Amino acid sequence: MRRALRWLMALYVVVATSTAAFAADPRATDLRPLVQALGSGGYSGTEKALAQLSEAGDPAAVPVIEALQSGDLFVRKADGAVVIARKAGDAYTLTDPLSRAALGDAPAAAVEKIRINNALRRAISASLGALTLMSPDAGVRRSAADAVFKSRDAQALETLNAAIAKEQDTRIRAAMEQARAAILLTGEAASKMTDAEIQSATDTLTARGDRDALVLLNMVAGSGASDVTKKLAAAAVSTLEQKLAFWAALQNLWYGLSLGSVLLLAAIGLAVTFGVMGVINMAHGEMVMIGAYTTFLVQEFFRAYAPGLFDLSILVALPAAFIVSGGVGIVIERSVIRWLYGRPLETLLATWGLSLALQQAVRSIFGPTNREVGAPSWMSGAFELGGLTITYGRLWIVIFAFAVFAALLVALKRTWFGLSIRAVTQNRPMANAMGIRTARVDALTFGLGSGIAGLAGVALSQIDNVSPNLGQGYIIDSFMVVVFGGVGNLWGTLVGALTLGSINKFLEPYAGAVLGKILVLIFIILFIQRRPRGLFALKGRAVEA
Amino acid sequence: MLLRFFLMGLDRKAGIVLTILAVLAVAVPVMTLWVPADSPFHLSVFTVSLLGKYLCFALLALALDLVWGYCGILSLGHAAFFALGGYAMGMYLMRQIGPRGVYGNPELPDFMVFLNWTELPWYWWGFDQFWFAALMVLVVPGALAFAFGWFAFRSRVTGVYLSIITQALTFALLLAFFRNDMGFGGNNGLTDFKDILGYDIQADTTRVALFVATVAALALSYMIASGVIASKLGKVLVALRDAESRVRFMGYDTESYKLFAWTLSACMAGVAGALYVPQVGIINPSEFAPASSIEAVIWVAVGGRGTLAGGILGAVLVNMGKSYFTGALPELWLFALGGLFVAVTLFLPKGLLGLWGQLTAKLPRRNKTAALPNVQTANQTAGQKGA
Amino acid sequence: MSAESTLLYLDGVSVSFDGFKALNSLSLVMMPGEMRAIIGPNGAGKTTMMDVITGKTRPDTGTILFEGATDLTRLREAAIANLGIGRKFQRPTVFEPHTVWDNLELALKAPRRPLKTLTYAISRDDRSRIEEILDITRLSALRNRQAGSLSHGQKQWLEIGMLLAQDPKLLLVDEPVAGMTDAETEQTAELLCSIAGKHSVIVVEHDMSFVRALGVKVTVLAEGSVLAEGSLDAVSANSQVIDTYLGR
Repeated sequence: MRRALRWLMALYVVVATSTAAFAADPRATDLRPLVQALGSGGYSGTEKALAQLSEAGDPAAVPVIEALQSGDLFVRKADGAVVIARKAGDAYTLTDPLSRAALGDAPAAAVEKIRINNALRRAISASLGALTLMSPDAGVRRSAADAVFKSRDAQALETLNAAIAKEQDTRIRAAMEQARAAILLTGEAASKMTDAEIQSATDTLTARGDRDALVLLNMVAGSGASDVTKKLAAAAVSTLEQKLAFWAALQNLWYGLSLGSVLLLAAIGLAVTFGVMGVINMAHGEMVMIGAYTTFLVQEFFRAYAPGLFDLSILVALPAAFIVSGGVGIVIERSVIRWLYGRPLETLLATWGLSLALQQAVRSIFGPTNREVGAPSWMSGAFELGGLTITYGRLWIVIFAFAVFAALLVALKRTWFGLSIRAVTQNRPMANAMGIRTARVDALTFGLGSGIAGLAGVALSQIDNVSPNLGQGYIIDSFMVVVFGGVGNLWGTLVGALTLGSINKFLEPYAGAVLGKILVLIFIILFIQRRPRGLFALKGRAVEA
Repeated sequence: MLLRFFLMGLDRKAGIVLTILAVLAVAVPVMTLWVPADSPFHLSVFTVSLLGKYLCFALLALALDLVWGYCGILSLGHAAFFALGGYAMGMYLMRQIGPRGVYGNPELPDFMVFLNWTELPWYWWGFDQFWFAALMVLVVPGALAFAFGWFAFRSRVTGVYLSIITQALTFALLLAFFRNDMGFGGNNGLTDFKDILGYDIQADTTRVALFVATVAALALSYMIASGVIASKLGKVLVALRDAESRVRFMGYDTESYKLFAWTLSACMAGVAGALYVPQVGIINPSEFAPASSIEAVIWVAVGGRGTLAGGILGAVLVNMGKSYFTGALPELWLFALGGLFVAVTLFLPKGLLGLWGQLTAKLPRRNKTAALPNVQTANQTAGQKGA
Repeated sequence: MSAESTLLYLDGVSVSFDGFKALNSLSLVMMPGEMRAIIGPNGAGKTTMMDVITGKTRPDTGTILFEGATDLTRLREAAIANLGIGRKFQRPTVFEPHTVWDNLELALKAPRRPLKTLTYAISRDDRSRIEEILDITRLSALRNRQAGSLSHGQKQWLEIGMLLAQDPKLLLVDEPVAGMTDAETEQTAELLCSIAGKHSVIVVEHDMSFVRALGVKVTVLAEGSVLAEGSLDAVSANSQVIDTYLGR
C-alpha cells in the first residue's frame, strides 16, 4: 500500500509539473472502476468506493466527489454507468464524471441519484480535503491545507503526510505541517505521542503565529490529551501571545507611520508658511483641497482622452497640483497677506475668510458631493511582511511624504532660493539692502508652501473623500503638528507628525478613534503649556535646566 | 461700592448702549403683545426670537471683546463656553420634559432610554432645579476657562499659540459631545423642550419674556464689562495687552489679571448660550465647531474691537446679514462672510466704531485736547464721591 | 563681606544661552542707598545682568540675594518687583493708550492684586504723590496727554517717573539718556542724583559724559564678568579696560 502510494506520488509529480487538464489525464481510466463503484452497494458501497478513491489520491477524482457532495451524481439505469446529471427543464443533461464528455440528455426516469447520508457527508469532506491537498494548483493546495487546519479531521492525516512529503512549495508545506500539528494535538493520537513530537507540533503552531493558532493552542492547553500536552501548549500560548503582541505593535507602528506621513504631508506646507514666514494661513487646508481637485481634473482628462495611460495620471497630477495650488497661494499673498505682515491675528482672520470663499467657490463649481478619484494599479493591492499587512497605497504615501520632506529640506538648505528665504526671515531690511527682492521672495515662499499643500492634496485624494470640506479636516491637525513640533523647524514638524500619528494609532485600540483623538488634543494643549515653543526647543531648554 | 463700580463705567457710549437696550426691552413686548397683528408696528413672535438670538450673539461678542480687545487674547474657542452654558440650560429643559417624552420615562431623557441607560448619570443630578442649572451656566464655562487659563497664562502661552490651542480646546469638545456615551444626546444634542420655569416655552409671552431677559443680561454684562474696563484693573489689562513684560516688572502678576478677565468673559459667554438655547429650541455639538468661534471673532472685528459696543453692533449686523443671505442667496453667504473677513482686516482694522471715531475725531481734534483736563477732573471727582 | 548688610548681592552668577556664556561667574555687591554706573562693551552681559536680577532669566548657577535674605532666583518677575526692585528698559515702554496720569497711577505703589485694583479708588495721598512726580519729571502740563503722543525724551522721563512712583528700594536703569539732547541728558543726570540716597540705583550707560556727570562708583563688565571697579578716573586708567572697551 505504501509503495503503491509512493508510486502514485511519483507519477503525480510528473503530472503536476505538466499543465495538462484533468480531462486529458491518462490515468482517468484507472479511476473509472472506483467511480463506477460509487454507484453500487448502497451507502456502504458508496463509502467503500469513496475511501478507495481518496486513497488513490488522484485529484482528478475531486470533481466527481464534489458532484457526489452536491447531489449531482447519478446512475444511468440503462447501463448502470455513473454520470453527472444536471436538471435542464424536465430532462437531465448528462456528462461523464471523469472525462467531462457530454453524454446527451435523459428523462428523469432514466437516471437515479446516488444518495448520501451524514456519515457519507463527513467522509466526503474529509476525502475532498485530502485529495485537494494533491491538486496541481498551488492555490487549491494552500486552501486545502487551511481547510484541514480548520476541520482537524483525523482521516486526512495520512494524505496530509503524503502531501507534506512531496510538497515543493515551502509555504504550502508549512501550512500543511501546521494542519498536521493541529490534527495531532487535538486528536486521539496526542496521548500516544512522545514529548518531543508534542513539542515539535506546538512549535509548528507557534511558528504559524496567528490568531487561529492561538485559539487552537488555547484549546489544547485547556483540554489536551495529557498533562504534558497541556503544559507544552500553555507554554506555546504565552510565546505566541508575545509574538502576536509584537506584530500588533509593529502593525500599529506602521499605521502610526502611515497616519504620521499623512499629517506630515498636510503640515509640511504649513511649516513653510507658518514656520518660516510666520504667516498663519487658515486657508492652508483649502490649498490641499485644490490639489485634490486638480488631481480629479487631471484624471478626468485622462479618462476622456487617454484611458490607457490612466496609471500615469497621478504623476501628471503632481506637478499640476503644485502649480495650481502654488499659483493660488501667490495670488493670495500678493492680494491679501502682504498687507498684513507683522499682524498675525489679522492674517489668521483674513485667511479664514479666504478659506470660506474658496470652499464655496469649489462647491459652486464642482458641487457639494464627493468626487471620484481613482487609484492607479500600482497603488492598489497589498502585500504581507511577516505578520504585517501593508497596502501599496499607504506605502506610496509614506514614501512620498518623506520624499517631499527631503526635497523641501534640500531646497531650503542648498539652493539660492532657500538662502534668500532664510535671509529674508532672519533680517528683512538687511536682505533688502543686499539686493534681495524681499517682496518677490515672500510671494514665492508662500507659493512654495501652498504648492506643497497641493502635493499633499494629490496624495490625500487617494485616501480621503474629495469634497469641498477636505481641507477643513486637516487644518487643525496641521497646526497641532507644526506647533507641537516647534515653529520654524522642519525637523520638528517631521518628529511632530510622526509622534502624533503614532500616539493616535496606539491610543485607538484602547480608547476608540474619537476618544483617542480627543486625548491627543488634550495632550497637545497640555504639552504646549509645558513647552510653549514646541518640541524642538526641548534640547536647548534641557541643557539650560 | 458696587454702585461706584457701575458708575465708573458709565460714559457717554455706555449711556447710548443702555438707552437702546432699555428701549428694546420696553418696545418689543409692547409691539408684540399689545399692538394688533394688522398694525405696521406689530412684531411677530418669530422676529422676537430672531432678535433674541442676535442679542445672545451680541453678548458672546461682548465677552469676546473683553478678552480680545482689552487683553489681546484672541480666543478661537469662545463658542465652547457659549455651548457649555447652552448645554447646562438644555439639561434643565430636558429634565423639565419629565414623562412627556416619547418613551414617557419620568426620570431619563429620551435619548438615554434609547441608549438603554437605566439611571441618570451623576452629572445630570440637580439639573431639574432651575437655580442649580443657572449656577452651572456660570460655573461650568467659568471653571473650564479658569483651569485652561491657569495653565496657559502661567506657562506664558500667548498670541497665535494661545489662539491655536483655544481652537484645539473647542475641537476636542466638539468631538467629545458628538459621542453618545458622553450622555449629552450625541449628534442630535438636546431638543424638544416643553417648558421653562413652568411656562410653555412656545407661548408668545414666554418668548417675549426670554427676549427681555436677554436684553437685561446684555445690559448687565455691558455694565460689568465697562465697569471693569474703567477700573484700575481695566487699565492694567490694557497696559498688559500692549506691554505685558513691562507690567510684570511693575509688580503686577499679569497672569491673574488675564485669568480674571478670561474667566469673567467665559461666564458671560455661558450666559449667552443659556439664553440662546430656549429661544432656538435646540443645542447640539455643532455649536462647538471651530468655525462658530471664528465667526464670533469677525463680529467683534466688524464692530470694532476694544470698544465693547462694537462687538454688540457687529454681532447684530453680521447676523442680520446672515439671515438675509441664507434666506435669499444661500450660495453667496460664504462668499460674503469670507469677503467680510478679508475686507475688515484689510480696510477696517478698527471696525465700524473705530471708523466712526476716526471720522468724528478728524475735525475737533485740536479743541479736544484742550478740553480733556476737565473730563479728567470730572472723572476724579466722580470717583471721589463714590469713595 | 557678609551678605546681610547689603541691598543686592550677586555671587558667581552664570548664564549661558546655547553654549554662549552671557554671564560668567559675575559677582557684584550694592549697599543700601548706593548709586552705581555699569559700563562695558556690547555683549558684556549688562542687560543679562538686569534680566537675572529682575527674574526674566534664571541663572544656571550662582546666588542672588536681596537685602541679604531673599533669594531672587526663585521668584517670578512680579514678586521681585513687589520686593522693591524697579526696572527701566533701554527702549522706553510706556503704556501708549493711557494718559500720563494713568501711567503714573498704574505704577504708583499700591496693592497689586486684581481684586484690589478692581475696587481701587485713588486716595488724597496717592493724588498728591502723582502730582509730586509730575513736577519732578516736568510732565505736569502733559498729565492728560496720551503717553503715545509724547516725544522720545518725555517718554524716557515718564518712565523714570513711573519708576519713582513704584518707590523701589533698588532702581535698575538701562541707558536712560539714549536719544536725548545734551540738555535733557544733564537734567536726567541731576534727576538720578537727586533720587540716589533714598533709593539705590544701578545705571547702565554708554554715554561717558553722562557717567562722569553722575560721579559715582563705576563697574566695568566684559565677557560676563567684572573687569574693574572704582571711580571713573581709576577705571579709565586701567589698561585692561582701555584694551577691551574704551579703546586706545
